[in-house]
Amino acid sequence: MNDHTSAGRVDYLNNGYGLKSWLTTTDHKRIAVLYLISITLFFVLGGVFATLIRIHLISPRGVLFGPSIYNRMFSMHGIIMVWFFLIPSIPTVFGNFLLPLMIGARDLAFPRLNLASWYIYVVGGLITIVMAILGGVDTGWTFYTPFSSMFSNSYVLLTAAGVFIVGFSSIFTGINFIVTTHTMRAPGMTWFRLPLFVWSNYATALILVLATPVLAVVLLLIAAERGLGIGIFDPSLGGDPLLFQHLFWFYSHPAVYIMILPGMGVVSEVITAFSHRSVFGYSFVAFASMAIALIGFFVWGHHMFVAGMSMYAGLVFSLLSYLVAVPSAVKVFNWTATLYKGRINFEAPFIYSIGFIGLFTMGGMTGLFLAALPVDVHVTDTYFIVAHFHYIMVGGMVMAYMAALHFWWPKMTGRMYNRPLAVIAALTIFLGFNLTFFPQFILGYLGMPRRYATYSPEFQMLNVLSSAGASILAVGYVMPLLYLFWSLAKGKSAGQNPWDARGLEWEFADSPPIPDNFARTPVISWHAYPYDRPALTIGQEDLFDSTLKPESPDARH
Amino acid sequence: MIFDVCQSLAGSLHGLLLAQNEASSLRFFPESASTLAPHTDALFWTLVLICSAVAIGIAIFLVYFLIRYRASSSADRSTPPGTILWVELTWMIIPLMIFIIIFLWSAGLYFFMKRPPKGNALDVYVVGKQWMWKFQHPTGQREIDELHVPVNKTVRLMITSEDVIHSLFIPDFRVKQDAVPGRYTSSWFTGTKPGKYHIFCAEYCGLNHSYMGGWIFVMSPEDYANWLQKNTVAESMSSAGAKLFMRMGCSGCHLSGGKLAPALNDLYGNMVVLADNSRTIANYQYIRDSILLPQKQIVAGYSAIMPTFAGLLKEQELTQLIEYIKSLSADQKGRLNERSY
Repeated sequence: MNDHTSAGRVDYLNNGYGLKSWLTTTDHKRIAVLYLISITLFFVLGGVFATLIRIHLISPRGVLFGPSIYNRMFSMHGIIMVWFFLIPSIPTVFGNFLLPLMIGARDLAFPRLNLASWYIYVVGGLITIVMAILGGVDTGWTFYTPFSSMFSNSYVLLTAAGVFIVGFSSIFTGINFIVTTHTMRAPGMTWFRLPLFVWSNYATALILVLATPVLAVVLLLIAAERGLGIGIFDPSLGGDPLLFQHLFWFYSHPAVYIMILPGMGVVSEVITAFSHRSVFGYSFVAFASMAIALIGFFVWGHHMFVAGMSMYAGLVFSLLSYLVAVPSAVKVFNWTATLYKGRINFEAPFIYSIGFIGLFTMGGMTGLFLAALPVDVHVTDTYFIVAHFHYIMVGGMVMAYMAALHFWWPKMTGRMYNRPLAVIAALTIFLGFNLTFFPQFILGYLGMPRRYATYSPEFQMLNVLSSAGASILAVGYVMPLLYLFWSLAKGKSAGQNPWDARGLEWEFADSPPIPDNFARTPVISWHAYPYDRPALTIGQEDLFDSTLKPESPDARH
Repeated sequence: MIFDVCQSLAGSLHGLLLAQNEASSLRFFPESASTLAPHTDALFWTLVLICSAVAIGIAIFLVYFLIRYRASSSADRSTPPGTILWVELTWMIIPLMIFIIIFLWSAGLYFFMKRPPKGNALDVYVVGKQWMWKFQHPTGQREIDELHVPVNKTVRLMITSEDVIHSLFIPDFRVKQDAVPGRYTSSWFTGTKPGKYHIFCAEYCGLNHSYMGGWIFVMSPEDYANWLQKNTVAESMSSAGAKLFMRMGCSGCHLSGGKLAPALNDLYGNMVVLADNSRTIANYQYIRDSILLPQKQIVAGYSAIMPTFAGLLKEQELTQLIEYIKSLSADQKGRLNERSY
């Protein structure tokens, strides 16, 4: 496509080959790759636990383990997937890689802090792996007291230490993103010219910094309770086990938005790129992210409607939960409207994003059921909940992660993967996902509680259906692992801008980018998503001031 | 003789119900077996309808746009709109209004399910324990993992736990309530169909969580009378409580005519003035805390001389004491609100 990808050019990948050059790097792009490798390992590990769970549940008595092992399986599946995959996934891989590229900066504000965050993640991850090897933990990822503090005979302290430590990696990343977005934008890159991916990562970073310390506090309290018996959660000493739930969900509900907001940012980028037009309602999508981040802090009590909380508190949390659904709905409507008068190419990233819209809508709508108090009383702690949050987390977040991986893979590696195979994988994952998790909605309303190692025979058919879907899903996830690896060795050179997309990372940076990202600092005089003009290429930077229309039609901003 | 016939009849009825349950192993929707269930289901199905309508609407637009504006089509693409304010406001305000309507409906139903209907009700005390449910009737009968109740009669549940948090879940009644150690939570149901219904533990409680559960038997009035007769016990909860009251030495102070400690007549359900001049209603939680954490709330005019009984009384003995103190009140409802009966 252009001659900048010719051999001999120094890019971030060939800028040093030794292990040391990677482990001591402060290049945000290399740290993103380090994160990509580590979270993929944890995704595979969490996926193995999920596979074992689904195989086990084929029969009402359970086919693989006794309850002791089964309880450890679902606990470690949750802990690994939440803290070692979902929360870091998009921010630390694609946020790290793209934030400086998208705003026209050479790196994040604190490159060494960025590397430190990866090391902290690795330490937390290693502790978690040691915990799993020693015998695991059986508290569920929610660590409810007094079970976790006084009754569990598993490695609760070690697990809490791993999660406590990895929390600091989140905080470091959050601080870095906030400072970078505020101070490192290129000339002309005003707030309302930022790509929506930057907005959503900014909102995510705010939650990371504000909520994660509460998780650290609550884990320390668990340790103090378990190790020293201080009694803060122990009713026989005047403590209150529900206090733990309040503290835990004060972190963990915003954490749900940590997991989904970056995915929403990815979808905004991919939908515009493949419908080849500016996003519909830019400022509404941007502010929806901020609204979700804000209201998301005030809905934690909806996890506790049957926990023994006051009836009036339940009403308030129910109302607030309906409010937080509005900005999410706004996003879905704007993405759909973005397709109007688009020029749509059905590439794998786009199919993943449309899958995201469908599955996230389904997950969000079932959230409306859960905000309705009497329905929640019936379905909470059943498979309805399991299905609901997997629709958001796997159907939403993992689909968005796959979309991002396929969208920016050519930029990150300089190579193109097998595109038809990628489309087949996307469709397989969509099909397998629905077959796995839709039956669980029915299972939940029928009354099967979650976290059951064995179950009543009338639930068997739906469980078998779900396990069958999981096997299709597993095939869908293995496919990208293979063809993406293959592309590294044999993939065609992708060129600077294989999707004809707009944005600094496509128009001003090479594939893969040079260590400093840009040869010259970009000067921006247009709105995000300027699909009304041809894409720029490197070397054309001088043109844009004089010959190109400065603003996209979305001139409201 | 008649008794034997009844017993065998009840036995065969029981067998019939079991058979029915096995035959209907291919179910997709829970039975509607309580007065609450049809209400919850109505809200559920309304949500299904609204959400399906919206989802189908989005899908129609999505698919239409995907086909019409595919790259190879020659559709008109002049001036794609950027932001249209009225469109944005419309799709913010209409969902918000729908949400508020659903919220009001669900809030109304929530009040209904949180407050047991007035009138004659059967009280049942529930204690969750790793990994069993223990039930006790005021008349003294105790059951484990089984609960027998009459049809069309309101049953109020006073729930607590001996160890970790459990959750009493009866899917066919659409009822669920956590059992929290150290506090009483409450729930109620009115069974509308005789039959046998699952009890599950819905809050993960450790090793044998999935085995913790049992059955509720909703019985016709005759069957229930029969069951009661077969399971007569010598002692009601309150008379067991009265004995405990003596044996634990409570009577020494509380029967001193109000000199050493407040008299407990007409305590339950009434207002208590505390030493700091605050007021509280003497409900289950208050009485429980006064026994286990006596320094927490001191009644005005008395000194804090009561020792704690924490560790000396089991959960079931506590409820017997409460039931005894309750029996000393003429009006057993008093000023209690829905959360504190």
